[in-house]
Amino acid sequence: MTVTDRHIPDRLQSPLQRRLRSWETLLLAVAVAIFTFNAFASPYFLNAWNLSDATFNFTEKAMIAFAMALLIIAGEIDLSVAAIIALASTAMGAAAQFGAPTLLLVLIGLAVGLACGAFNAVLVTVMGLPSIVVTIGTMSLFRGISYIVLGDTAYGGYPKGFKVFGQGYVWWVFSWELVIFVALALAFGVLLHLTNFGRAVYAIGNNATGALFSGIRVQRVKFILFLLTGLMSGVASVCLTSRLGSTRPSIGLGMELEVVTMVVLGGVNILGGSGTIPGVVIAAVVMGLVTFGLGLLNVPGIVMSIVIGLLLIGVIALPRLWAMWRR
Amino acid sequence: MSVLKKILTTVAVTAAMVGSAAHAENIKIALVVKALGIGFFEAANKGAEEAAAELGNVDIIYTGPTDTTAEGQIEVINSLIAQGVDAIAISANDPDAVVPVLQKAMERGITVISWDSGVAQDGRQMHLNPSSTDLIGNTIIKLAADHMPDGGQVAILSATTTSTNQNAWIDAAKAVLPNYPGIELAAVVYGDDLSDKSYREAQGLMSSYPDLKAIIAPTTVGILAACQAVTDAGKIGQINVTGLGLPSEMAGCVESGATESFAIWNPIDLGYAATMLAYNIHNGAATTPGSEIPMGRIGNATLDDTGSAAMSDPFTYDKSNIEQFKSIF
Repeated sequence: MTVTDRHIPDRLQSPLQRRLRSWETLLLAVAVAIFTFNAFASPYFLNAWNLSDATFNFTEKAMIAFAMALLIIAGEIDLSVAAIIALASTAMGAAAQFGAPTLLLVLIGLAVGLACGAFNAVLVTVMGLPSIVVTIGTMSLFRGISYIVLGDTAYGGYPKGFKVFGQGYVWWVFSWELVIFVALALAFGVLLHLTNFGRAVYAIGNNATGALFSGIRVQRVKFILFLLTGLMSGVASVCLTSRLGSTRPSIGLGMELEVVTMVVLGGVNILGGSGTIPGVVIAAVVMGLVTFGLGLLNVPGIVMSIVIGLLLIGVIALPRLWAMWRR
Repeated sequence: MSVLKKILTTVAVTAAMVGSAAHAENIKIALVVKALGIGFFEAANKGAEEAAAELGNVDIIYTGPTDTTAEGQIEVINSLIAQGVDAIAISANDPDAVVPVLQKAMERGITVISWDSGVAQDGRQMHLNPSSTDLIGNTIIKLAADHMPDGGQVAILSATTTSTNQNAWIDAAKAVLPNYPGIELAAVVYGDDLSDKSYREAQGLMSSYPDLKAIIAPTTVGILAACQAVTDAGKIGQINVTGLGLPSEMAGCVESGATESFAIWNPIDLGYAATMLAYNIHNGAATTPGSEIPMGRIGNATLDDTGSAAMSDPFTYDKSNIEQFKSIF
């Protein structure tokens, strides 16, 4: 018996192949297809200002989606994000009635977001309760407080300078919201993909017990992730409140589902363990393009929801179908 | 990259061509509603289409979000601004939150009016109320008086003692009572807009005032409960139940005769009037306080100090038209 040269590949696909077959590439193709379709379907689509307006359809949701992506990768979820927006906005509105300046309002918004995140974090990581149950509860709690404070009234009278976050432009068509969105995308991209903390998030999502025995402080990482999600909800609340110029307890109602949809569409495994920030960024753009493009064609919102739903199922099912077909 | 550039250039050129070709002379008026799939607003759209057909050179874009959120309406308004519509007529989910985006629309030369549910004053050029307190107060008394040639006692079954709208209407109704000789208001009772409490209050009225000729309920819950109470007491024909109700709920009462007629705003007229107003303001009608703006077959709208106007008397529904409207709202 002679020893023959046997080639054992160190990876199954070349890096290029892997990149081409990745979720992100598929999504990017979908995004380009939708963009092209929109451009042909409506004469109003390819206009810098109109496209700039379209970004508002997704920027606030995407800010939360970045933090939510990390949380879901780590195997947890936060459904109270839209309620945090309402509570933070109510707090800012109340402060504005006492003549608080813009900077203080922003700090209040972020602080309330952080506090709500901490509340969720304590219930989940210290008391060991399941996050889906906890955050369904706090979803009612946070929004309930807003309803008690405001009832059927509204807070207005925000200072002039507060307008800038949701209605101001940094340069030409690039709004503050868009710039914040890009900055946060970069920050979360670095955090998840280039730091030890990011590796820990993946490790926890794949095997929390294993991660614990590898010396990762699982509960602390999760605590930080809930804090981050709360903080991002606070940021989104500042932007949305500034854009609306007023606060009602129904602000951002139902947004949590759109955020989760964005995260899942971005290729994050809902069971935890995998997903990327670039994927979430592209998913955000796809959802924004779809709603804006169909809006330009005056497609009823009901049809729009169906399209988003089909897109979600389609993008999830395609890779599976592809794999089955190859077998 | 160059391929992508080529595609984009082609797309841009095509888009520009399509754009110029589609630049027709028609005036585009967008009817933005609280949410799609609500009968009341579908009916308003019918009225808007009627106005468009009458005007000839108008295209109606009927649109709205899936659920009644301000955020959804803002997305819709953004895409309307992008399309360069000529006018937006909106029934708002939130009077304040849509103001910034509507201001942006007005800055870009779009005529903005609100109807049904209003927008705060700096977010629109005018607001059209379906009716006014005085018109409603008069209508509810007239509905009862029309079927009481010999006069007699009437009673009012209202919502709660603190319902702002109902209280204003009842005050207005009391103010016009002298115009209806022979009509005596025996009592005002409150059913709290709860079916069972309204039902018991109606029963109470019948036993306290045996000669009662009519129960007037200026609330959709109350009128239905009173109709039920009168029917159950076997007093159809003796006591006429009237007030403000929804045709879909009231159809049975009208058919049985417990209710001769009732009133509520007509959504078809409302959509028609809003379209006419948007068209006329787009064509230069003034929106200063006191101005009169024509609303086609409905007459003129007169703006008050807050830029609001009332459309007309509430529309009366009876045996002759209930069949047509009960499927609408």
